[in-house]
Amino acid sequence: MQTSFINVENIRNDFPILKRKVHKDKPLVYLDNAATTQKPIQVIDAISNFYLTYNSNIHRAVHELAEEATLAYEATRDKVAKFINAKNREEIVFVRGTTEAINLVAYAWGRQNINKDDIIVTTEYEHHSNIVPWQLLAKEKGAKLEYIGVDDNGELILDHLDKYLQTGKVKIVTFSQMSNVLGTITNSEEIIKRCKKYGVRVLIDGAQSVPHLKVDLQKLDCDFFAFSAHKMLGPTGVGILWARKELLQGMVPFNGGGDMIREVHKYETTWNDLPYKFEAGTPNIADVIGFAAAIDYLDKIGMDKVREHEMELTKYALDKLSQMKGIILYGPKDITKRGGVISFNLGDIHPHDLATIVDEDGIAIRSGHHCAQVLMERLDVSATSRASFYIYNTKEEVDVFVKSLNRAKELFRI
Amino acid sequence: MSSADIYREIILDYYRNPRNYGKIQDPDISQRDSNPLCGDELEMHLNIKDDKVADVKFTGKGCAISQASASMLTELIMGKDFEYVKKLTKDDILDNLGLHDLGPARIKCALLSLKVLKSGLYSYIIDKLKDTASADQIKDQASGLY
Repeated sequence: MQTSFINVENIRNDFPILKRKVHKDKPLVYLDNAATTQKPIQVIDAISNFYLTYNSNIHRAVHELAEEATLAYEATRDKVAKFINAKNREEIVFVRGTTEAINLVAYAWGRQNINKDDIIVTTEYEHHSNIVPWQLLAKEKGAKLEYIGVDDNGELILDHLDKYLQTGKVKIVTFSQMSNVLGTITNSEEIIKRCKKYGVRVLIDGAQSVPHLKVDLQKLDCDFFAFSAHKMLGPTGVGILWARKELLQGMVPFNGGGDMIREVHKYETTWNDLPYKFEAGTPNIADVIGFAAAIDYLDKIGMDKVREHEMELTKYALDKLSQMKGIILYGPKDITKRGGVISFNLGDIHPHDLATIVDEDGIAIRSGHHCAQVLMERLDVSATSRASFYIYNTKEEVDVFVKSLNRAKELFRI
Repeated sequence: MSSADIYREIILDYYRNPRNYGKIQDPDISQRDSNPLCGDELEMHLNIKDDKVADVKFTGKGCAISQASASMLTELIMGKDFEYVKKLTKDDILDNLGLHDLGPARIKCALLSLKVLKSGLYSYIIDKLKDTASADQIKDQASGLY
């Protein structure tokens, strides 16, 4: 039941949901981890323990419950900072998710720094959340949005980046560290190096990378970094925006309200310190506290082990899948250049039909455009099927999946 | 219902060899819609003559259910009275397809073509026939599909 890297059997015991059956008697094979992961009992317990024993609002009241809640909430900030090796805890802003983090930057930094005819550069393999906020900003400012293309191997064509940088008009380059469709791991260091030469800001969407790879922000040297808790064992509704202190200091608030102020007068307000300036209103306290348990869980396993386990599973799956007649696999063939996300099409079976069929066998995969319609256009398909792995997946589950794909082929007479 | 019941020979045949696939030049009705959840696309063209469907064609991209459903719908309404087409219901479509008890996600696939048809009729009735009362009726039908 295990790869050579982690004890999957022990891990699976921590995930109550993996014991349930679907479609009456089929063991659940959960392969939709790029959408959201399951939660271990430790995370579920941390959230319910908060509500059961110290539920309170944070930062303001002086009673004991408030003190405990504030401590737990702020301890999560320290854990996040350590997990991604951020220099300062006040650079960690809690938001609702990656989408909100990117919108915050586009709004609070973008509106101040992007002007008419400036260029914003993104890539063809972005999630809609890293395209649409920039389209809105570009439209408002009369700026241009340009795309780094994707080659036939599923990797970015960095020559495109150079072409845009040479215009001298690029203000920000924004890209995902791992594609949610192709699994491609972006050569982030190289992109950042080229951008720095031109003094261009860099935002990284880490929604798919932080859960699966070791991320070191001090080594990476980008300007903004966004990711979500729910794709790494944590609860939904918690996201992280990390940004350089000096950038956050110069930015206007995204939301106005309680907790983000220092003094409010009738016509004027001064802002609270970082990061509170960007955390208006009562935050998602319980789920932030739950996220700490998710980080602890991943830390205990070790992110290097997580990556090794996923590489072994992905290689096993790719070896099996590539032998199937009529399958088209997307993304890099080189296992070191990709994460545990496998997108494919099988014969003329539409991904929705395929997902319906494998669901009957208890297998949860994703089908559709994966919020990446720009990439679908580039691949010249309307949709793909996608299987994505995490720490609790096994080779046996891959076997069940492959068997189910063969059943789909039979049903479609191919 | 099980996959074996959904993906019967007839559904696969309409998926792979769709009848009435294509476009009509200068149609009386031209309507396009997509399902934002899955990206399925469908466009229908109709010509109406003497209160009858003189011609109907469709183009689209999508799953076997949505494409077979669209193709079978065009056959169902070809040559039929305009009144009959106006009254078509969700159950008529599902009966015609032989698909029942589809889950909430997949029923949208089966009904996308009817939604497109009803929206097209709505524009036609309101713009060309100026019949506001029946247009409102059709609009309600279309929005109540799923």
